[in-house]
Amino acid sequence: MSRQHIISVLLENEAGALSRVSGLFSARAYNIESLTVAPTQDPTLSRLTLVTVGSDETIEQIKKQLNKLIDVVKLIDLSESFSLERELALLKVKKSDVMVQKVESLGTETLACVSDETDDYLIIELSGEKVWLDEFLASIGDDVIEVVRTGVIGLSRGERSLTL
Amino acid sequence: MELSGGEIVIQSLKDEGVEYVFGYPGGCVLHIYDAIFKQDDVKHVLVRHEQGATHAADGYARSSGKPGVVLVTSGPGATNAVTGIATAFMDSIPMIVITGQVSRPVIGTDAFQEVDTVGITRPCVKHNFLVKDVADIAETMKKAFYLATSGRPGPVVVDIPKDITDPTIKVPYQYPEEVVMRSYNPTVSGNIGQTRKAIKLIKKAKRPVIYSGGGVVLGEASAEFRQLCHTLNFPVTQTLMGLGAFPGTDPQFIGMLGMHGTYEANMSMHNSDLIIAIGARFDDRVTGKIADFCPHAKIIHIDVDPASISKTITVDVPIVGQVKPILLDMLAQIESLGETFDRGRIAEWWKQIDDWRAVDCMAYDMESGTIKPQYVIEQLYKVTNGEAFVTSDVGQHQMFAAQFYPFDQPRRWINSGGLGTMGFGLPAAMGVKFANPDADVACVTGEGSIQMCLQELSTMLQYDTPVKVVNLNNGYLGMVRQWQEFTYKSRYSHSYLEALPDFKKLAEAYGHVGMQITNKEDVEPALREAFALKDRTVFLDFLTDTEENVYPMIEAGKAHNDMVMAPSSKYKRVLA
Repeated sequence: MSRQHIISVLLENEAGALSRVSGLFSARAYNIESLTVAPTQDPTLSRLTLVTVGSDETIEQIKKQLNKLIDVVKLIDLSESFSLERELALLKVKKSDVMVQKVESLGTETLACVSDETDDYLIIELSGEKVWLDEFLASIGDDVIEVVRTGVIGLSRGERSLTL
Repeated sequence: MELSGGEIVIQSLKDEGVEYVFGYPGGCVLHIYDAIFKQDDVKHVLVRHEQGATHAADGYARSSGKPGVVLVTSGPGATNAVTGIATAFMDSIPMIVITGQVSRPVIGTDAFQEVDTVGITRPCVKHNFLVKDVADIAETMKKAFYLATSGRPGPVVVDIPKDITDPTIKVPYQYPEEVVMRSYNPTVSGNIGQTRKAIKLIKKAKRPVIYSGGGVVLGEASAEFRQLCHTLNFPVTQTLMGLGAFPGTDPQFIGMLGMHGTYEANMSMHNSDLIIAIGARFDDRVTGKIADFCPHAKIIHIDVDPASISKTITVDVPIVGQVKPILLDMLAQIESLGETFDRGRIAEWWKQIDDWRAVDCMAYDMESGTIKPQYVIEQLYKVTNGEAFVTSDVGQHQMFAAQFYPFDQPRRWINSGGLGTMGFGLPAAMGVKFANPDADVACVTGEGSIQMCLQELSTMLQYDTPVKVVNLNNGYLGMVRQWQEFTYKSRYSHSYLEALPDFKKLAEAYGHVGMQITNKEDVEPALREAFALKDRTVFLDFLTDTEENVYPMIEAGKAHNDMVMAPSSKYKRVLA
């Protein structure tokens, strides 16, 4: 049975390291739902978070193949334990009172605000779980002009950590 | 010591104890070639095509156990090397490929002979580097050798921009004693608990089969492997890559398995209750139909690469680590059991296997007036006392060589198993000869494959590396034709080579000895004559039966117990 997994990877912060990861996924026909990467507090390391879907066997192979890459230092499957997952989105919409109300009515579960306002347009900033973002986007339907999403990032809760 | 980048490249090779570099010069490696010119320790072999360089280095590595080294220029030099790099990658052969790159300031400007070598080779190397600073060359070279030769071996590309090899820029040189990489720690010894589980299964097994692959050869574990096999008295089958790790003439050996494996090996796999897979990766040419693979067996899998475990076939007891220490551990545990594993313990199983053997699946028409390719290989075996290094290209001749030349020693059978690279055999044979100058080396090939890297005949004359080329010339791309016969109703689409050169004259034009053999009775004398010419390369062009097929055969997607047998066999098609 296919299931979504969030895999976090500590990667040597070197030129070409990211293409080794993305190349692996295309070469072996694994799918990537989203991928996000940036340096960590240790500038020699990048942390990459990728969301993929596959059967248990496929996910196991993905992790083994990732570990086999020389630039991969360590990885963790966030889906194996409780983790906190977040995604950030910026949405450009036509300015309207309805829209502003909608954002304000989202409450505290989702961090949402109007981050930029011009005469006719708003940029809404949203962060939260991927499903919340999906729901909000669905609710405003065709009113959205442009969307940019970061892809999911996450940390496991409690003691379990991805560190050297 | 202060050295230039070009000198550092060569000095690093010297410090690694490299004897030979197979290469071809060009603009971006001229500084490195100048450094080669100024020393005598590292010998350079000038090939005729970069693909030849990689295959020669590969043959050198496979036959010696030492890493092969290649030096080529940027752009086309690097792209020509790619086939050989991929060949080495698929068979886990340690190789260091140094490629020139355009100078740093012009990288990315589509400069003359610029290509993204690191990008192009990424999917077919164990790792690759673009060196950006002259001060990093020595350490990168050390890492390259370390990566190529440790864990699961493989090719490593080191791409070096021309400007950092500039002879006027000198930096202090010290070759690192060792290198530590936080992201790379290959497993050595296996988990003891897993080995214990394996021994439990071994104790209970009624119909066991030992199935080994190239990992036993690469892991230098042949002696321990033989000891384990002889201790257990279990039947042994080997993959194409594993041949020679266990003696091919030992009665315990039941032949190669897989698509063109023996009836007894494939039937044993299918009916087994315990498979002990050692340094083998369950390749599709071995497994056939995955769903029907060894339906009754528990599987123990020893492999150095965790990613090989349960990749295509789910296994019951994986043991990750180097083959040799794991086998030593198993041997010690078996000894402490105090049980005897004689043949009588699994007498019924051996009886069954002997019945399968009696089918004589590799029988061919020995009465035929034509030269049968199998007959040539048998004569080659006889003439060389089974002791030659045999390289092959890819196709029917490769299978005939694997089937009819039983190898008793590891590293004697040199072929492109994973990638299946036509053109591999001749340059590989040259590389074998560099590593084993006193040995008999034969290249078993066909008229199709040999024309893919033929130009290396010239290199072989220049460096005096006498090889016997056994060309099984049937005028067809034989394996393609066989598949077309079986699955396309003999529609031989573009598998017939209408215009072939006169190979005898061609060999002579290259300064070698050429022979053409058209009669069966001349096969053995011609081979004897050729091998008597110790210091000459001899091209033996055997005009063989044009439509002989390789049997038995498991057609693609079929199971081990569904084999097509030779028409001369009493079993036509087997579905047991």
